Amino acid sequence: MTRYLLRRVWYMLITLFIIATFSFFLMKILPGSPLQAEDKLSEEQKAIILEKYGLNEPIPVQYAKYLGGLVKGDLGVSFKFDNTPVTTILMDRIGPSALLGFQALVVGSILGIILGLLASIFRNSPIDFSSTIIAVIGTSIPSFVFAGLLQYVFAVKLGWFPVALWGTSAHTILPTIALAIHPMATAARFTRTEMVEVLHSNYIITARAKGVSETGIILKHGLRNALIPLITVLGPMAVGLMTGSMVIEQIFAIPGIGEQFVTSVMVNDYPTIMGTTLLFAFGFIVIILIIDLLYGLIDPRIRLAGGNK
Amino acid sequence: MSKLLEVKDLKVSFNTYNGEVHAVRGVTFDLNKGETLAIVGESGSGKSVTSNAIMRLLPEPHGYIKEGQILLEGEDIAKKTSKEMQKIRGKDISMVFQDPMSSLNPTMKIGNQIMEGLIKHQNMSKQEARKTALELLTLVGIPRPDVRIDQYPHQFSGGMRQRVVVAIALACNPKILIADEPTTALDVTIQAQILELMKSIQQKTDSAIIFITHDLGVVANVADRVAVMYAGKIVEIGTVDDIFYNPKHPYTWGLIGSMPTLDSSDEELFAIPGSPPNMLTPPVGDAFAPRNQFALEIDTVMEPPMFKVSDTHYAATWLLHPDAPKIEPPDAVKHRMQGFAQTGTKGGGKR
Ligand SMILES: Nc1ncnc2c1ncn2[C@@H]1O[C@H](COP(=O)(O)OP(=O)(O)OP(=O)(O)O)[C@@H](O)[C@H]1O
Ligand SMILES: [Mg+2]
Repeated sequence: MTRYLLRRVWYMLITLFIIATFSFFLMKILPGSPLQAEDKLSEEQKAIILEKYGLNEPIPVQYAKYLGGLVKGDLGVSFKFDNTPVTTILMDRIGPSALLGFQALVVGSILGIILGLLASIFRNSPIDFSSTIIAVIGTSIPSFVFAGLLQYVFAVKLGWFPVALWGTSAHTILPTIALAIHPMATAARFTRTEMVEVLHSNYIITARAKGVSETGIILKHGLRNALIPLITVLGPMAVGLMTGSMVIEQIFAIPGIGEQFVTSVMVNDYPTIMGTTLLFAFGFIVIILIIDLLYGLIDPRIRLAGGNK
Repeated sequence: MSKLLEVKDLKVSFNTYNGEVHAVRGVTFDLNKGETLAIVGESGSGKSVTSNAIMRLLPEPHGYIKEGQILLEGEDIAKKTSKEMQKIRGKDISMVFQDPMSSLNPTMKIGNQIMEGLIKHQNMSKQEARKTALELLTLVGIPRPDVRIDQYPHQFSGGMRQRVVVAIALACNPKILIADEPTTALDVTIQAQILELMKSIQQKTDSAIIFITHDLGVVANVADRVAVMYAGKIVEIGTVDDIFYNPKHPYTWGLIGSMPTLDSSDEELFAIPGSPPNMLTPPVGDAFAPRNQFALEIDTVMEPPMFKVSDTHYAATWLLHPDAPKIEPPDAVKHRMQGFAQTGTKGGGKR
């Protein structure tokens, strides 16, 4: 197990290195410059600024310095935002994003599983049809539409929740719902399909033949087997949350990573863009690792290499 | 001998897009305490549907008992609610299924799968149930039960899994064990072991067994009585000796005649031509008539009743009518009957 984990961590580092390299060179190729908007600056002033940030050094040197910084956990300083270190910026902003993402994932998957479960138990009933409709709407309509709608109805019209900004937990409710709709729809569709299939398996008949009650059949024998494949869509779901958060945070003016990312892109703040990209990549890789570990936990047939003894 | 189970004129249908499939069309038989009844017949003859009806495991509502009674010690199972059935299944009647590879829950430990019924039906505590589960694993011949009990199905071979399935079925000492082709998916040596296991357990527990198979060779080994099914009906029923030494129905002749023999000098087979009827539209008269070279004119018009051959032996063929021509079984069948007489049908539990 330890060996497996060490190997996984090693792969993670390699992946991060590749992503760092890619984003670094992509930034270099990108047209535009952080100094674009500052037309008032004279040539000398620009030269001073380039000098200060090391942007006039040869690219390999810049690259080496960047990597050197990364190893020490230094993502460089922001070109904007008062020269704050990127690490500090991200640290300040990770809280709201993580909270939103976590809430949305938990709320979305639990509601989705319940919805899918009900649909599979009451197959071809009104419950099933409404669940299908909710799932289709949830997957096909982008989350910013819901965000706008929620904002208009529940904040502007009804005034139940704050329109935007961050502070109390009431502030988190609307963005969480907007973010959760997609994972909920995915989980609902998946759970229904898997449950229907599982409920037709032979071991379910064996359980019935033992006299297990219908509730026992569904919860003890059905759900666990149906949920195993659901783990595979957790990854894409988490990615969807990360990308979704960029738009949602923007709409609700939440001081999170997503909003930061969008702003940084607008002003060509390279170190912050790269830092955020790396953070997203890191988050994604960690999620994949967790999913793989979960798999082994929930499905006895999949034992991780070296995990048996 | 006391009657444990009486199935009376059982009819089971399935509603499908194409119409009503008459899978079982009036099946009647009894099962006595401690006896083994084999049900044989071609694929699609309604063996599994009959046993699923007894367990009330039909895919309701589209598969349903249309008519008839299933009396378990006098009480009609066909009329029980699904809640009441949960108390009967696994306790009074259990079942062993055909495919051991898929009939165990892949994400549940073997031990827990055995303990489930014990905890439910016998109100055992977890510890008691675990103790009993260990005993059951020993009983069905699983080595190192203390280790195996905490393993998952994928860690067992097919034969071992079927032993576990048998252990699950036997957990609560059922009065009736239904085994639906329990050895078909296993290789020959394992088949023999599982059969041996079921026989020895029956001697210990005195439960009655309904043994479903299409392998007549197995029947001679395990059964006391045999019911031959064709197109949703029992066409002949009797003791093993009745069926093997004195078969009356041409369909039974066909089954016996198409059994492979060890005697290589005799390669003749008496096979049944054609295929079973479509149960969407069961034929009028004797359903076997179109495939029966001895069919009489009346077969196409009227269904034969059950004619009594002896106290234990009945068959539904017009050939048994006093006015029918006397027809002897074909040579291939006679030859095999003589073979049985020489080696003796080894006989099941009792004899
Ligand atoms: N769920 C179902 N829906 C519709 N028809 C069914 C269903 N289950 C069984 N049948 C029909 O019932 C008839 C009897 O099937 P059954 O499974 O009892 O045969 P069997 O004797 O057990 O055959 P085998 O030896 O292949 O197991 C068949 O004609 C089959 O098509
Ligand atoms: Mg069958």
